[in-house]
Amino acid sequence: MTIEIKTSTIQPIRNTFAHIERRFGDKPASRYQEASYDLAPTTNFHYRPLWDPELRLNDPGRTAISMEDWYAFRDPRQYYYGSYVQARAKLQEITESNYAFFTRRDLAGRLPEGVREKVVRCLLPLRHLEMGANMNNVFGSAYGIGTVLTQAFLYNGMDRLGVAQYLSRIGLILDGNSGDTLKAAKTTWMEDPLWQDLRRYVEDVLAQKDWFEVFVAQDVVLDTLVYDIFYGQFDESMTEAGAGDLAMLIEFMQEWHKETSRWVDSVIKTAVAESDANREQIAAWVGDWKQQALAALGPLAEEAVGPDAINASAEVLNKRLTKAGL
Amino acid sequence: MSKVYMALQDNEEAHYLVEALEEDNPDATVDYQPAMIRIENEGHLVLKRETVEEKMGRDWDLQSLHVNLVTIGGNVDETDDEFTLSWN
Amino acid sequence: MAARKLNLKERYSLLTRDLDWEYSYRDKKEIFPYEEFEGIKITDWSKWEDPFRLTMDAYWKYQAEKEKKLYAIFDAFAQNNGQQNVTDARYINAIKVFLTGVSPLEYQAYSGYAHVGRQFSGVGARTACQMQSIDELRHVQTQVHAMSHYNKFFDGFQDFPHMHDRVWYLSVPKSFFDDARSAGPFEFMVAISFSFEYVLTNLLFVPFMSGAAYNGDMATVTFGFSAQSDEARHMTLGLEVIKFLLEQHPDNVPIVQRWIDKWFWRGTRLLAIVAMMMDYMLPNRVMSWKEAWEVYFEEAGGALFKDLARYGIEMPKYAATAIAEKEHISHQVWSIFYNYTHAAAFHTWMPDEKEMDWLSEKYPNSFDKHYRKRFEHWREMERAGERFYNPTLPMLCNTCQIPMGFTEMDDPTLTAYRQSVHKGERYNFCSDGCKDIFDHEPEKYVQSWLPVHQIYQGNCGGADIEKVLSEYYRINMGKDNMDFHGSPDEARWNEWHNLQSAEERLKKAG
Repeated sequence: MTIEIKTSTIQPIRNTFAHIERRFGDKPASRYQEASYDLAPTTNFHYRPLWDPELRLNDPGRTAISMEDWYAFRDPRQYYYGSYVQARAKLQEITESNYAFFTRRDLAGRLPEGVREKVVRCLLPLRHLEMGANMNNVFGSAYGIGTVLTQAFLYNGMDRLGVAQYLSRIGLILDGNSGDTLKAAKTTWMEDPLWQDLRRYVEDVLAQKDWFEVFVAQDVVLDTLVYDIFYGQFDESMTEAGAGDLAMLIEFMQEWHKETSRWVDSVIKTAVAESDANREQIAAWVGDWKQQALAALGPLAEEAVGPDAINASAEVLNKRLTKAGL
Repeated sequence: MSKVYMALQDNEEAHYLVEALEEDNPDATVDYQPAMIRIENEGHLVLKRETVEEKMGRDWDLQSLHVNLVTIGGNVDETDDEFTLSWN
Repeated sequence: MAARKLNLKERYSLLTRDLDWEYSYRDKKEIFPYEEFEGIKITDWSKWEDPFRLTMDAYWKYQAEKEKKLYAIFDAFAQNNGQQNVTDARYINAIKVFLTGVSPLEYQAYSGYAHVGRQFSGVGARTACQMQSIDELRHVQTQVHAMSHYNKFFDGFQDFPHMHDRVWYLSVPKSFFDDARSAGPFEFMVAISFSFEYVLTNLLFVPFMSGAAYNGDMATVTFGFSAQSDEARHMTLGLEVIKFLLEQHPDNVPIVQRWIDKWFWRGTRLLAIVAMMMDYMLPNRVMSWKEAWEVYFEEAGGALFKDLARYGIEMPKYAATAIAEKEHISHQVWSIFYNYTHAAAFHTWMPDEKEMDWLSEKYPNSFDKHYRKRFEHWREMERAGERFYNPTLPMLCNTCQIPMGFTEMDDPTLTAYRQSVHKGERYNFCSDGCKDIFDHEPEKYVQSWLPVHQIYQGNCGGADIEKVLSEYYRINMGKDNMDFHGSPDEARWNEWHNLQSAEERLKKAG
């Protein structure tokens, strides 16, 4: 008797939360959906922020971009915290074993003449750029709207801190943990004329107030170029120079960028497709920042790879922008 | 002197941690509560990596303490070898 | 070459602290515009002590390990219909309060720490805050996932974010966090990292999670303890922030003390709801609110403030009042919700005889004297088919937004009222603590979105209260609200367990 009742009555009375049902219909929902949609507060805020009294908390007015529904920015990777850390833990494990292998076999000692210096001058200063990228993505997380977007910004921000830390560890592998290479790379970042326009670009982005513009300047324009030049072309030129082992140390950055690009592309595409006003605004931002980024990176790309490097990367960026509808 | 304390989730790994804590802090008191274990001591409590490794019979990274830690009271000092709680 | 061994501190410093640089193309104030307006003086950010030294690789590794364990248990819980194994369906109401009232605060914490995690010019503090931000995101998401299964079998969970923005009692937690997030970055840290995380959060999580363990709620125990494993890091951050601010400049001491006074009081008012959960909503009780308060505030907090005395920091201003209130607060809040359960998305009930005896035993100084008779009277009314619901709209405290139901501690029969007049308008408060907070920053607190005022002003869908509840709040009337006895939750539970309904039992008892 009891068993009969159990089987007939333990039926769910609903499939998911009401706000999820309103979006996706009355059916079981994914963990991504339940963890991401309509979580952020939207109305009846009590006090205006003392730090920005013109606007409310969670105010969509902190960007010139506007959206009918901010939850249109679905993350193609469907990352919520749990799936995000699991994915990163996997990548981290591979990286850890790469770094351990590189150190154990003393592959640093077998790098051809001049490569160490080149890595210190052309790759390690990027750890500071990554710190800027960390702050710029956390900016989007703090002031952006809609959890689907703001959580992805935070994952990206933490990823950039991770990349900066891996870059620093490359330095420590090369200098036997003395920190000398990091010191030298920082001096390069601060003083070497080759790097100053890039540093100016990063500081300029950090001073911007529109979080979507920050996203365009950092994740779309600068990252596309930087990752193509340094983790694509530079890696190839190092391999040609007989330093192919270095690839083990930047595999994380390559894999990470490939994966994250899917998200970046989808964000830009969604915003552009929303309205002409968005498209024009984004096109204007892209125009400004692209010009500056190409000018800043040109001499660096030439030093790191060769005279054609910047044009090849510009081509990669243009293709991405076209694909996104710009 | 005030009491410092830490609470650990009651699980397999925590039992080794508690053994290590008891060995290195002979005056500490251990209280088994629902689903967690609370260890407290006057003024000072130290968890030593070496002692934990001895109890477990394998390498153990001190930072993995955080997987089982529920709460703490006291100023924290964390090195590669020791996690210390104290009140001044 | 033989690599030199780096210790944890050196390594963390090279991998994190050293990533920062002095800006020269932009003024630092353009990049960190909010660091000065609160009057806090930071002379040297490099003196910041990192509260923990986790690099991202280790963070991903350990957090993934925690998540893997957690979700394995969620899956097992759902597959085995774990919701049937809790002590009693009344218990589920405690976690309804949790999901609608507390989980959205985890979300607010995520946003707040992202804000300060971008705005502090010290890289050590910035990074620690970012890590807390992503942890808080973890907490809200794991809570939503843990309760997702309960939502499928019980009423009241289904519209939690919508309700958090609107429902009268949920403006208590919402205004608490809006208050912190709209404050400057240093006040936010003193409010949330120190006053809440360090001083009070144990009172929210530890006894409540032990309570879940005692009541067969595997999902809640699991997310609770898993979240707590991040909490130890957050608490350490809270203590480091305070020490850093106090060591940076003596002028910071009075500012910090005022914030501690304010946020301690704001926090104790917020926790009144936890007091009620512990004493009334757990069928199997671990400890009383009073006992939890003694262990986690009086003992642990006492040790903390003794430690901070060397900086000139004293116990929070209204600590003595809060200590006296431990005898009363849970009973008073439960009374408020019992009165207004027709307007809430969870059920209340009167404790049975055995439960009343437990309360008498745990509260020898207050329960029999002030509450038991009233509760027995309400129980009699229910038996007579006249379950008491209060039809009027309550007056709310302008600061904490709780209905005015707290009493004077020197005369617990007398409801406490305080008032202030600002620009010719009168404002009401439940306590000296709440009045002080208003008086210090009236321009901020005149903005309070007070649910009862808003209903009267017609901003919640008109004057018809039924409509406010069903359409504006989206309470499923007759399902989410009213007494537990007679609710669909109770009926389903009884059906699963082949039990008689309370109504039938009452009939038989005659």
